[in-house]
Amino acid sequence: MCIVAVMSVGFALLGLLESGPRHGYDLKRSYDQRFGQGRTLHYGQVYSTLARLLKNGLVEVESEPGDGPDRKRYAITSAGVTDVATWLSQAERPEPYLQSTLYTKVVLALLTGRDAADVLDAQRAEHLRLMRELTRRKTGGDLADQLVCDYALFHLEADLRWLELTAARLDQLAGQVTGHAAGQVVGQVHP
Amino acid sequence: MVNSANDPLLAADDLHLSFGSTQALNSASLRVYAGEVLALMGPSGSGKSTLLHCLAGILTPDTGRVTYAGRDLSAMSDSERSALRRTEFGFVFQFGQLVPELTCLENVALPLRLAGVGRRQAQGAAAGWLARLEVADVAQKRPGQASGGQGQRVAVARALVSRPRVIFADEPTGALDSLNGERVMQLFIAAARDTGAAVVLVTHEPRVAAYSGREAVVRDGRVREQEYAL
Ligand SMILES: Nc1ncnc2c1ncn2[C@@H]1O[C@H](COP(=O)(O)OP(=O)(O)O)[C@@H](O)[C@H]1O
Ligand SMILES: [Mg+2]
Repeated sequence: MCIVAVMSVGFALLGLLESGPRHGYDLKRSYDQRFGQGRTLHYGQVYSTLARLLKNGLVEVESEPGDGPDRKRYAITSAGVTDVATWLSQAERPEPYLQSTLYTKVVLALLTGRDAADVLDAQRAEHLRLMRELTRRKTGGDLADQLVCDYALFHLEADLRWLELTAARLDQLAGQVTGHAAGQVVGQVHP
Repeated sequence: MVNSANDPLLAADDLHLSFGSTQALNSASLRVYAGEVLALMGPSGSGKSTLLHCLAGILTPDTGRVTYAGRDLSAMSDSERSALRRTEFGFVFQFGQLVPELTCLENVALPLRLAGVGRRQAQGAAAGWLARLEVADVAQKRPGQASGGQGQRVAVARALVSRPRVIFADEPTGALDSLNGERVMQLFIAAARDTGAAVVLVTHEPRVAAYSGREAVVRDGRVREQEYAL
């Protein structure tokens, strides 16, 4: 869902270090500004990630007098640079999208004799609410904001297309999931 | 801010309309509030355009009522209704709405000219709107010489020039690629908000609907309308 998932925070921090050594707080600020989008890193996460990178020899520490965590400057090693290059050259595995909560809800609504169209309508309203918010943010934003918001908007739009297609096929789906002919009223499965 | 405690500016109540054996509207009701942007969504053939045409007084429903600012459209004479369309309403369609023989500037000035505004004043206002929609450079071109995106911006300028209270837009970006469509929507909605016009926006594209403040979904000639949270 998110381009920069938890797994990639380490690579992102490494990549940011390629332009020069930095303090942990400086690195966090830079990450948040570019990739945070409302979900900023905790200091704890930054320092635990840096500790892991240090242990793996991907960064090294340049200590300044005084000590304490904020006195440390982190620098990328040549092994770290190689890691960033390898990561960038590898394609991300596409999200398979085969386990969808919304699909599960629709089928369960049909199986239990509830109104599946209501499930879809409620979801459409919620999706559009988020899409409006992203559209407002995009309209006031710079190119980076626009691209991040468009990434989300295109994905949400895909959900909505699926939702409309499903809405148009509910009778047919009802017939299949319950083993009845299409269009028949679906009864409760519980006695 | 719009709020459902106010009276709607435009309302459809229990509209039915059939074309032969096709029931296009089957008890469709909808309220449009002053200054709001309302998206009309729904699958192709669900009755969106038919409903829009009834709201705008272009089509008369078989039964049911459309009221604008408290006036029953079906109780008006044809000439009263067309006067209303000229002075209070603006229209943007998917394409093909500009007069091909006129320049873009003349197209935008046309509604004002028809309302009796002098040529200089009408063209001055038209030029202002073309600039606002960032298409001042096509003013002297004919619509056929403008790109699709430019043409739609000219159409938006023409819809806005007479400062209508309601703009009806039927798939205004339907013929454009997504980048051009987005720009048209951004400029259109910003300009409409500035003038305080309500917009009824028919679209099946969620990213276009996201420029609205609220949506109503048409299915099988019926409307599911989202309420305002008060
Ligand atoms: N002028 C017309 N003559 C005959 N049928 C029409 C006419 N206009 C619309 N319809 C039919 O009415 C239904 C609703 O059409 P429309 O309002 O254009 O749907 P939408 O705009 O949602 O795609 C469709 O079945 C369409 O074929
Ligand atoms: Mg239509």
